[in-house]
Amino acid sequence: MGLIAALGAPRRKHSEAPAIDADLELVARLRAGDEQAFVQLVSRHHAAMLRLARSFVPSTAVAEEVVQDAWLGVLRGIDGFEGRSSFRTWLLRILVNRATSTGMRERRSVAVGDAGPVVDRARFDASGAWMSPPTHWIEDSDDRMLAQGMTHQIQAALDGLPARQREVVMLRDVDGLSGLEVCEVLDISEANQRVLLHRGRSQLRQALESELGGA
Amino acid sequence: MFWSRDELVCREMVELITDYLEGALSRSQRRRFEAHLAACENCTEYLEQMRATIRLTGHLREEDLTPAMREEFTDLYRRWREEQQE
Repeated sequence: MGLIAALGAPRRKHSEAPAIDADLELVARLRAGDEQAFVQLVSRHHAAMLRLARSFVPSTAVAEEVVQDAWLGVLRGIDGFEGRSSFRTWLLRILVNRATSTGMRERRSVAVGDAGPVVDRARFDASGAWMSPPTHWIEDSDDRMLAQGMTHQIQAALDGLPARQREVVMLRDVDGLSGLEVCEVLDISEANQRVLLHRGRSQLRQALESELGGA
Repeated sequence: MFWSRDELVCREMVELITDYLEGALSRSQRRRFEAHLAACENCTEYLEQMRATIRLTGHLREEDLTPAMREEFTDLYRRWREEQQE
């Protein structure tokens, strides 16, 4: 970890290392036949898996089946998990493989998206300066914004994103994966990951501004 | 295409913001980005809104398994164990 940081790899959240250790400890217990360790692993990762599966298949019911199927794949393959990637990355890759093998979506067929500007060109003057600048909507406290039902607006905006953008934003900003982990899970390049993240986040910001700033 | 002139304009800033937040800009790109930011209230506001959006999106994280789901996955594990022993 120290060496990787020194080499200038992307910064990891402080909370991430203990989380990975906890996963590895549970994996060791699972290998030893501990049923509770399995349920704890499920509990830690279920929400992220269901969210991701839901993006690949047309209904929550199918997504739940895919998640179960992926966990069965984990049980069958746990002895083959070598720890070269994090458990979470390994797990989510199994999930993506299951979700795509349902035949409803080709993993590679999803385009990165159109290359248009993320902010309406009409909001800038001929020199490229803001003509219609971002309207202020941030409040001092996040809690106050959340208390006003903002999560619903963000969820709606997220649901409205193209699938690949939604998946990248969810994995990064909801589930807290690193950019490299997302590349591995979705089998995309770092450059594509950044483009998708950029477009997705920019659209979420715009949705909040439109909703709250009146622009 | 962005680097032909010395100074970045706002229209370019909004396209570079994720690379900036991801630490993916080169040192000279970063310097130009920050120089514009220091002089532009609107782009500063835009950056703050992006940061707030990212933070708020993080609150979509959900709660634990329901007891029913715990049971379901316990069953899944037991069925798998039985399958193993056959």
